[in-house]
Amino acid sequence: MAILSCPLPRPATDRILLAHGGGGRLTNQLIESVFLSAFSNSALESRHDGAVLSASGTRLAMTTDTYVVQPLIFPGGTIGDLAVNGTVNDLAMCGARPLALSAGFVLEEGLAMEILHTVVAAMREAARVANVPIVTGDTKVVDKGKGDGIFLNTTGIGVVVAPKPVGPESVRPGDAVLVSGDLGAHGITILSVRDGLEFEGPVSSDTAPLWAPVQALFEAGIEVHCLRDLTRGGLSSALNEIASVARVRITVEETLIPVSDVVRGACELLGLDPFYVANEGRFVIFVPESDAGHALEILRSQSVSAGAAQAGTVHEDRSGIVTVRSRIRGHRVLDMLSGEQLPRIC
Amino acid sequence: MKFLDEYRNYSAVRQMAQAIQRVAKRPWTLMEVCGGQTYTIVKTGLQDLLPRGITLVHGPGCPVCVTPLEMIDRAIATALRPEVILCSFGDMLRVPGSTQSLLDAKASGADVRIVYSPLDALQLARANPNREVVFFAVGFETTAPANAMAVWQAEREKIPNFSMLVSHVLVPPAMEAILGSLDCRVQAFLAAGHVCMVMGYEEYVPISRKYRVPIVVTGFEPLDLLEGVLMAVEQLEDGRAEVANQYARAVRRSGNLPAQERIAEVFEVTPRAWRGIGEIPSSGLRLREAYRRFDAETRFAMDIDRVEESRECIAGLVLRGLRKPFECPAFGTRCTPDTPLGAPMVSSEGACAAYFHFGRRKEDGHSIVSTATAGH
Repeated sequence: MAILSCPLPRPATDRILLAHGGGGRLTNQLIESVFLSAFSNSALESRHDGAVLSASGTRLAMTTDTYVVQPLIFPGGTIGDLAVNGTVNDLAMCGARPLALSAGFVLEEGLAMEILHTVVAAMREAARVANVPIVTGDTKVVDKGKGDGIFLNTTGIGVVVAPKPVGPESVRPGDAVLVSGDLGAHGITILSVRDGLEFEGPVSSDTAPLWAPVQALFEAGIEVHCLRDLTRGGLSSALNEIASVARVRITVEETLIPVSDVVRGACELLGLDPFYVANEGRFVIFVPESDAGHALEILRSQSVSAGAAQAGTVHEDRSGIVTVRSRIRGHRVLDMLSGEQLPRIC
Repeated sequence: MKFLDEYRNYSAVRQMAQAIQRVAKRPWTLMEVCGGQTYTIVKTGLQDLLPRGITLVHGPGCPVCVTPLEMIDRAIATALRPEVILCSFGDMLRVPGSTQSLLDAKASGADVRIVYSPLDALQLARANPNREVVFFAVGFETTAPANAMAVWQAEREKIPNFSMLVSHVLVPPAMEAILGSLDCRVQAFLAAGHVCMVMGYEEYVPISRKYRVPIVVTGFEPLDLLEGVLMAVEQLEDGRAEVANQYARAVRRSGNLPAQERIAEVFEVTPRAWRGIGEIPSSGLRLREAYRRFDAETRFAMDIDRVEESRECIAGLVLRGLRKPFECPAFGTRCTPDTPLGAPMVSSEGACAAYFHFGRRKEDGHSIVSTATAGH
């Protein structure tokens, strides 16, 4: 038998890889090593979905997000409503009522005007539903081949209505972890249309504005400790980020986390894990255990979070890890995504 | 979900685990051959349910893990040619070659695409007549029929710009290599259910007899794996060594004959190097003479240097079941899924990556980490 061996270590990457945008470990490394060290300030270092600022007594939340989805129009939405909802949701996760949005378009030469009209109409409708005006904008056109049809940036400002700070640092041992609905529909939809895959039963994106259920929680006086929308990197990345900032251990029950049969089936087939798949209209809510039942009632009364469920709890343990109890009641760590999720061979 | 949830049902799983508890009188070491089985075991925490004396060691059945370094370097060199579109299954992309991975090559301009089937690559060749489409054919007997089909179809349709970089490996010779090594500690095998779905399990009978080892063809769900363990332990306790089939809902004794015919028409058996193990005689497939013109290795003849591999990575010992991943000094420190030293840290089916992601880390020391195997 030959010598047992393995390859030489490779140097740290000297180029941007797609995984740097995947929302997992490499994204975090990029933020920490490049952006945080360059722009360091207290608002940025809170590492929340948006920054909370004070302006003559009013607490404002500010957030920005850039959208690069292909295809531009997909079952359940377009890049336009995705961009409006995404920014509205980042504000909502700061406990802020959206006040106004901006929109910045990078258009590629040759883009069909009809597509632009469809995307803009979807933005208008999403802004109407979320009750937020788009008050300023910008347009640039790049040479054919230098863009991907439409790149879209939205920035939002909101007024913080949360009476107490909402964020990972407010999470306490004993908190209940609620999930607002079934996971993975957006990611699987994009994968299926991009790669021409067909699954049993229709699947469409879950893109939706989340301010209404968040507002309802505050109006009912629920003591909300933390909110996080489950976008890139899915449930796993969100819980890991929160656990590591809050220095607690989060445990979830696999059987309690809602995943539709279509998404589960697609994930089984492709070797993906629904806990890592992206969502655009789902979020987690951390509340004291005593408020969990009431909070679930409120969430379930809103159409966008009708499928809400308690998925887990927070424990005293400074390890900052997330663990899952599996369907067969074995235990494992739910790790942050490494690189991109790649479909496996067999 | 039908045909899955039944095999993940807690009370059925618990009953099966209790049956193992009753039968197992002595400690036994079993190897599950397939990486898909390893993934299920670690992901569901199945080891938590086994009696302490039963040790599962993880076999060489991860196609990504055993693909030799030179072959990955060859795929990267091929992908970097401007005329080439290199198609691969997704999890092959991150595997480090000697200096970079296919993902790195993609970042520096190579046209590398993820496909779900070799027939998708063939379709790309039809759609891009001015490009050379190369499919990186990696895998065991499970993926061989579809790969054979793609070549067969390319031949029938006379598609000139399609070729295949073949790095196919066969499971039974690897099992023999493990059994034949002096330090072998495997007392029974859970054979790879999906490989047997294609090939049947006749070929395991002589291996089982020669080495006096029970071989149980086993599925991939928790209940399958526990039943496979039970069937193997029953034989071990009785002093029997036979080939048995746990995965009867998918596997027939003779396998899938039309698939085997297609493989035999297009491919022939050849010696093949296994990463971390070395060359094993008659353990791989290559294109037959009649189909050799679809061989990317010949079409894009390039000198690929043999690179000395690192001495730190113990992938070979892990792949032969001699070490657990966390027994490697680099595990979780110098070797992680973001900076893998070896292939088992890359693929979701690689034992090291499964241990890393699902929390079986020696430095954790948390109670959630199973002690059922960590003590061995």
